[in-house]
Amino acid sequence: MTGASASRWCLGALFAAFVAFLYGPTLTILVLSFQGPEGGLTFPMNGLSLHWYRKLFGGAGVVDIWAAFGRSLRLGLAVMALTTLVALLGGYAFRRRFRGAGALFQLVVASLIVPSIAVSLGIALQFRILDDWVRGLAEAGRLPAWFPEDHATLMGLFTSGLGAHLTWTLPFGILIMFAVFNRFPVEVEEAARDCGASPWGVFRYAVLPLVAPSLVGVALFGFTLSWDEIARSSQAMGEANTLPLELQGLTTTATTPEIYALGSLTTGVSALVIAAAFVAHGLARRARRSPR
Amino acid sequence: MSSSRPDAGGAAVLGAAAPSAPAARAGARTRRRPSGPGAAPYLQAAPLALVLLLFLVLPLLVTAAVSLWDYTEFTLVPDATLRNYREMFEGCLSGGACGTLRTYLSTLRLCALTLAVTLPLGFAVAYFLAFHVRSDGARTALFLVCTAPFLTSNVIRMISWIPLLGREGVVNRTLLGVGAVERPLDWLLYSEFAVVLAFVHLYTLFVVVPVFNSLMRIDLRLIEAARDAGASSPQILLHVVLPLAKPGLAIGAIFVGTLVMGDFVTVGVMGGQQIASVGKAIQTHAAYLQFPAAAAQSVVLLAVVLMMIAALTRLVDVRREL
Repeated sequence: MTGASASRWCLGALFAAFVAFLYGPTLTILVLSFQGPEGGLTFPMNGLSLHWYRKLFGGAGVVDIWAAFGRSLRLGLAVMALTTLVALLGGYAFRRRFRGAGALFQLVVASLIVPSIAVSLGIALQFRILDDWVRGLAEAGRLPAWFPEDHATLMGLFTSGLGAHLTWTLPFGILIMFAVFNRFPVEVEEAARDCGASPWGVFRYAVLPLVAPSLVGVALFGFTLSWDEIARSSQAMGEANTLPLELQGLTTTATTPEIYALGSLTTGVSALVIAAAFVAHGLARRARRSPR
Repeated sequence: MSSSRPDAGGAAVLGAAAPSAPAARAGARTRRRPSGPGAAPYLQAAPLALVLLLFLVLPLLVTAAVSLWDYTEFTLVPDATLRNYREMFEGCLSGGACGTLRTYLSTLRLCALTLAVTLPLGFAVAYFLAFHVRSDGARTALFLVCTAPFLTSNVIRMISWIPLLGREGVVNRTLLGVGAVERPLDWLLYSEFAVVLAFVHLYTLFVVVPVFNSLMRIDLRLIEAARDAGASSPQILLHVVLPLAKPGLAIGAIFVGTLVMGDFVTVGVMGGQQIASVGKAIQTHAAYLQFPAAAAQSVVLLAVVLMMIAALTRLVDVRREL
């Protein structure tokens, strides 16, 4: 018995150390982001101020960071919406046996574990070849009239970039939906149907409220994974950089705590989204329990 | 349950709910033939399949094709040459200097070091959560505490080590303060140590989650039975818990191994651009627009990663044990 409680304490201490290890560095740069104007990249704190945040919001130090911020936000929202929709549909499909289901599932898993650089490079090559092909058509004068004449590349945030992000977010979405539908009480659907609900009614009033809390989780993963994505974005974004790509570029050049302010702000957005997801999850659960 | 699977209705509903006309038609067809599989699941799976075909399968096929192309300074030349592979392994067979082999050894070393830390650490954390936290609520809360950092930026989590590990950082100051060292340690940041530390920081979660999943499936009566039969705690750990946790450990190793093998961001940022890795080699070729060379590197990386996964799944029959 004493052995068991000793192991409990040891592992408890290890767990606490692990959590400190996970959060410590992030909290360190949060503290350092409030350095005074004379403060440097490390301790000691040289006064306490909002100087670096003011500088960041003034846009003086880091060029064009707000454009990247906006791009990442828009892309994140698009990835979130598509991930939720496609994962919900896909998860439903897997509830029934259909030809190719096994292969499709293996593809989902492959999408998760194929090295990101290989995916990113492949998408870049694919769009490069596509561009060459379009250029060939343009030179032969065989493009439709509505096609913009100054067209340079099909690569972009919402083409190659969106696709690259979906290969990363969808496996997580599908795995979450798998877990959800594995525990899904089919009696509810049956009861709704027996009560005369239309197929749409069954979906809208029986299925959707039951899976809604989990869809919040899928949406959360969809947004945050896209918001922070870097490896698959590296080759596939074209001209416009996302925020993580800009941040990566800054790591080698940054000499002031402004990068900590930017980093803390980015983490703040993630934290805010996580908190919002918790609230939405709670609301969805409450809506599920309330009688209709 | 037999004639009309209970979930079939839901699937048909979704088919009908989909906005496009073909989907609605499929829904109707499913209603007419409730026992057949119908087109509904195909239409529901179509967006997923389409995304994966367009942005995973096709790009990888294109990569394989381009790896056989020739290239000049300015253009890619469609071809069927082994030039890129030959150049990649130049000197390897004749016993000369072989850059590719060195890069792979460096990457595999990072992989081995990272696994050596993340597997035991992830197992210990998962073990604590699964067996020592008694209430379900506390377990969920602590699990979420472990998962939340995964949803924040990797780059920022790397940057966060700078004030701690730098020459003027917290660790060096503390060590100097207590007189443990005479000069600040240089190898804390921009070194192999820093890269492995960052990997452990970023990826231990990928071991914790599958191992936790495996541990939660263990029937506690098995452990009781072992104890009743006179097994000591270490024996139970070694002969009951560990074998049952093997699938989780294998899945964790696959995640961490593939993430490290293809990494170029962490190695770049934490290694101060000094350490070689396969991912960085690919990125460098791409940056110089030597796409066929990058493609060949990418194909070889994929082959190596697939072999690693095959070895791991052979070591533990994941599917049988799930």
